[in-house]
Amino acid sequence: MEETAKSGFDIKEFIKGLPPAPFIIGGFWVIVLIVAAIIDMPWIWLISDSLQRAAIWGMLTLAMVPSIQSGTGPNFALPIGLCGGMFAMVAAIQFGFAGVYLLLVAAGIALVMGIIMGYLYGVLMNAVKGSEMAIATYTGFAVTTVFFIVWLTVPFDNPFLGWFLGEGLRNTIALDAVAASQVLDDFLKIELGRLTIPTGTILVFLAFCTLIWLFFRSKTGIAISAVGANPMFARAAGLNVDRSRIIANVISTSLASVGVVVYAQSFGFVQLYDFPLWMAFPAVAAVLVGGATAQRAKVIHVIIGVVLFQGLLTTVPPVFSQLLAGADMTDAARMVIQNAIILYALTKITGGGK
Amino acid sequence: MAQNLLEFRGVSKNYASNQVLRDINIEIKAGEIHALIGENGAGKSTLMNILFGMPVIHSTGGFEGDVCIDGEPTKIMSPHDAMEMGIGMVHQEFMLIPAFSIAENIKINREIPKENALNSATSRIFGDRMKTLDFKTMNSDARVALDRLEMNIDEFALVAGLPIGYMQFVEIAREIDKTNTRILVLDEPTAVLAESEAESLLAAMRRLAAEGIAIVFISHRLDEIIKVCDRVTVLRDGELVVTKDVKDTDVLEIAELMIGRKVSIDKEDNIVREISDEVIFEIKDLHVAMPSERVRGVDLKVRKGEILGIGGLAGQGKLGIANGVMGMYPAKGEVLFEGKPLPLNRTKQVLKAAVGFVSEDRKGVGLLLDEPIDDNIAFTDMSIHGNFINGLGLRDGKAIRENALKMIKDLDIRCTSEKQNTGRLSGGNQQKVCVARALTQKPKLLFVSEPTRGVDIGAKKLILDLLRSLANDHGMTIIMTSSELAELCSICDSVAIICEGKVIGTLPPNASPVEFGLMMSGICTSTIDSENVSEREVAQ
Repeated sequence: MEETAKSGFDIKEFIKGLPPAPFIIGGFWVIVLIVAAIIDMPWIWLISDSLQRAAIWGMLTLAMVPSIQSGTGPNFALPIGLCGGMFAMVAAIQFGFAGVYLLLVAAGIALVMGIIMGYLYGVLMNAVKGSEMAIATYTGFAVTTVFFIVWLTVPFDNPFLGWFLGEGLRNTIALDAVAASQVLDDFLKIELGRLTIPTGTILVFLAFCTLIWLFFRSKTGIAISAVGANPMFARAAGLNVDRSRIIANVISTSLASVGVVVYAQSFGFVQLYDFPLWMAFPAVAAVLVGGATAQRAKVIHVIIGVVLFQGLLTTVPPVFSQLLAGADMTDAARMVIQNAIILYALTKITGGGK
Repeated sequence: MAQNLLEFRGVSKNYASNQVLRDINIEIKAGEIHALIGENGAGKSTLMNILFGMPVIHSTGGFEGDVCIDGEPTKIMSPHDAMEMGIGMVHQEFMLIPAFSIAENIKINREIPKENALNSATSRIFGDRMKTLDFKTMNSDARVALDRLEMNIDEFALVAGLPIGYMQFVEIAREIDKTNTRILVLDEPTAVLAESEAESLLAAMRRLAAEGIAIVFISHRLDEIIKVCDRVTVLRDGELVVTKDVKDTDVLEIAELMIGRKVSIDKEDNIVREISDEVIFEIKDLHVAMPSERVRGVDLKVRKGEILGIGGLAGQGKLGIANGVMGMYPAKGEVLFEGKPLPLNRTKQVLKAAVGFVSEDRKGVGLLLDEPIDDNIAFTDMSIHGNFINGLGLRDGKAIRENALKMIKDLDIRCTSEKQNTGRLSGGNQQKVCVARALTQKPKLLFVSEPTRGVDIGAKKLILDLLRSLANDHGMTIIMTSSELAELCSICDSVAIICEGKVIGTLPPNASPVEFGLMMSGICTSTIDSENVSEREVAQ
C-alpha cells in the first residue's frame, strides 16, 4: 500500500505528454507581439482585439469538444448549426423583438434548431462511420446552400430584413437597428486605456465551458467519452454507441447555433448566405492548436486554442503590413496565416472516428 | 525407395527469444498425401510459412536448417520462388476476385496473350502487359483443371455467388493449372465445407496424388486424415512428436499424440468440489454470427457455483459463446439465467442481470488504454447501475478511487498508482484490471475468455488462483473460455469442448488426453468408442 499511496507524478513524463502545438503557435504569437512592440505598434490594442475575437469564436470552438469526444471527429459540419442560429436570429427579428430579448429569443430558437438539426446530422454520422470528416465537410457546404433557398423564399417581411427592392433577405442585417449590437460585449465592459474587455461575451463563453466540463463528468458525458475512446469497450459495458454519438452531435450543433447568436451580437451584423461556408475550419484549427487531437479534446484545449489561434490571426496581419510598409496586405496575410495554421492542425489529425 | 520430393531437414525457427520450431525433420514423397496435425500454436503455420518463403520468416531473421526439393537444399526467399519451384498453396481464407469468372481467377497473373498483328505491334511500344488476351485458350485450360477435379461447373461463371465449396475447388484448380505444381499445401480445406463437399474434395485429393503430386494436408478432422492420408506428422509445441504411416495408427492414438500428457499436469488438488445440482444458467440452440468464431447451435447447462471450461481449437466457435450471450455479436437462440430468459443482443440487460464479462480481446474490448485504472474499474458498474455518481449527477472521484484502491489491494494489481493509465500496465495486470471491472459490477455469473493470453507464467497462476477463489469463496459461477486445455483442466469442474460451432461433449478435467484430443477433432467419444473397439479388435 505504501507504494501505491505514493504520487505517481513524474515531471519528465508530464512534459513529454504535453502537446507541442500550443507551444509552437504560442511561441510564434509572442514573437510577433515582441516585433510589434519593437516597431512601436500599439500592441495593447492588438491584444484587446485578440481577446474580442477569441470571445466570439469561443463557443464555435467549444462545439468541437462533444463531437471529437464521441469519436465522430471534429465537427466539420459546423455550418449546419450556424444556419440554424442564423435562422433563429432572423426569425426573432421578424417577430419584432429587440435588444437583449431579441438575443434571448434567438438563443432559444437556435437551441431548438440545433437539437433538431444535430439529431439528423448525428443519424447521418452513424450511417457513415469511418469517413465522418470528409462527409461532414460536404454536408456543411450542402446545408449552407440549401439555406440560400430558405433566405430567398422565407416569407419574412420585416423591413430590417429584406431588400429595398425584390424578394428575399438581405446579405447583411445590421443589429444596431434592433438595439442588439454588442449587448453582451457591453455588459460589465472593462476599459483600461486602450484595452477593452468584452466581459459579458467572455462570461457567456466561460459559462458554457463550465457546462460542457460538468457534462463530461456526468454519466452521459463519461459514456460519450468512452464511446469515442473505444466503441467496443463501450458496447461491452452495455452502452448504446449510436445513441451516444447522436447526443454528442446534438450538443455540438446546438453550441454552434447558440454560438452564432453570440458571434453576431458582437460583430454587430447577422450575415446570411455564404457566411457559414468557411466557418468550420478556423474552429477546428483552434481546438487542435489548443492541444486536442482528432480523437481527444478537453475544454481547456478550447480555451487555450481559441486565444492562441485568434490572437495570432488578429496580430500578424497588421504587423506584416507595417513591416512591408505601404502595401495593404492585411487580408492576404490573414488568409495565409489562417490557412497555414489550419493546414498545420490538419496534419495533426490521424484518422477520423473509429 | 523413391527419392523424397520435399524434405525439411533440422528446421528450427525463433521469433525473438521464443522458439516456435525445434529441429523438424519431415520427408514427403511424390504422390503422397501427408497430414500435418497439431494444436493451435504447435508450429504448423510457421512451417508452411517457411516452405513458402513468406516475408514474416525472413524479416525476423530467417530459420535454421534446410528445405530440400528433390533432395537438393533450396533457398526459398519469397512466395514467388516457392511458386517457381512448383509449390502451390490453398489458403484457409479464399483469395479469389468475386467479379472475375472462374477461368479468369484460375489464370490470374498467368493470363495467355493472343498472338496477332495488333499485339505484336502494341507489345513493341507498351510491352507484354498491354496485349489482348486469348480467352479461348484460358477457358479451355481452366476446363482441364476443373475436369481433373471432376467439377462440372461452367468455367465462365462468375466467382461471386458460388457456393463456398466451389470456391475451394476453384482455388485448388488454380494451383494445379500451374503446369509445374508438384507440391500442394491444403490448409484446413474442409473446415468450411459441408460433408458431401468434403467427400468430393478428398476424392479429388486422391486423384491428384495418383498423378504424382505431393499433398500436405493440414486438418483437425482426424477421421479425414485416416481416410485419405498416407502418413501423418504430429507437431506439438514446436516439436515433431512423430511421423507415422496412417495404416499403423488410429484416431485415438493421433488424438493422444496431439494433446500429449500435459493435460494432467499442474492440477494442484484433486479435490472434487461439491457443486449443487441447481442449474443457474442454460443455453439452448445458441447461434452467434461472430466472424471466424461462428457458433452454430450450442446447448449448455451450468450449475450454480461451478467453473465450466469451454475449450476447443481456434476458429471452432468457443469464443463466440460468451460474445454472443453478452450481445457483442448478433445472436439468436434461448438463454436462461436463474430461470428467467436473458434477452439476446442486449448487452445492458445482460449486465444488469448480474452477468459479468471479461473479453478475450483485452486491449481492443477490455480496456480504455488511455484512461487511468480507477476509471476503467468503475466504468461498467457506473454505466449499468449508476454507481459512482454523486448527488449532483457527476462522477464521484472519491468513491471511484476508493473502489480502485480496494481492488488493487485485493487482486494485487502492480501499478504506480490508481491514476496510472491501463495502457502502461503489463498484460497480467491489465487482465486483473479487467477482472476488477467485472467484479465491481458484483456479478453472479462471470464469463472469462482467454484470461491468460499474453500473460507471463507467474501472473498466469495468480489469475487462475483468483478465478478459483472467486468460485470457492464467493460462490460465483464462472464460465471460462480458453485455448489452453491445461489451464482449463487445472481449475474447471468440467470442460465443454466446442467443435464446428457446437458442443461436441463435456468432460471432467481429469479425462484422458485421448478423449480431449478426439473431441477437439470433432469426434464424440461416446459414438467412437464402440466403432474403435471393434477396429482395434480387427487389428489384433
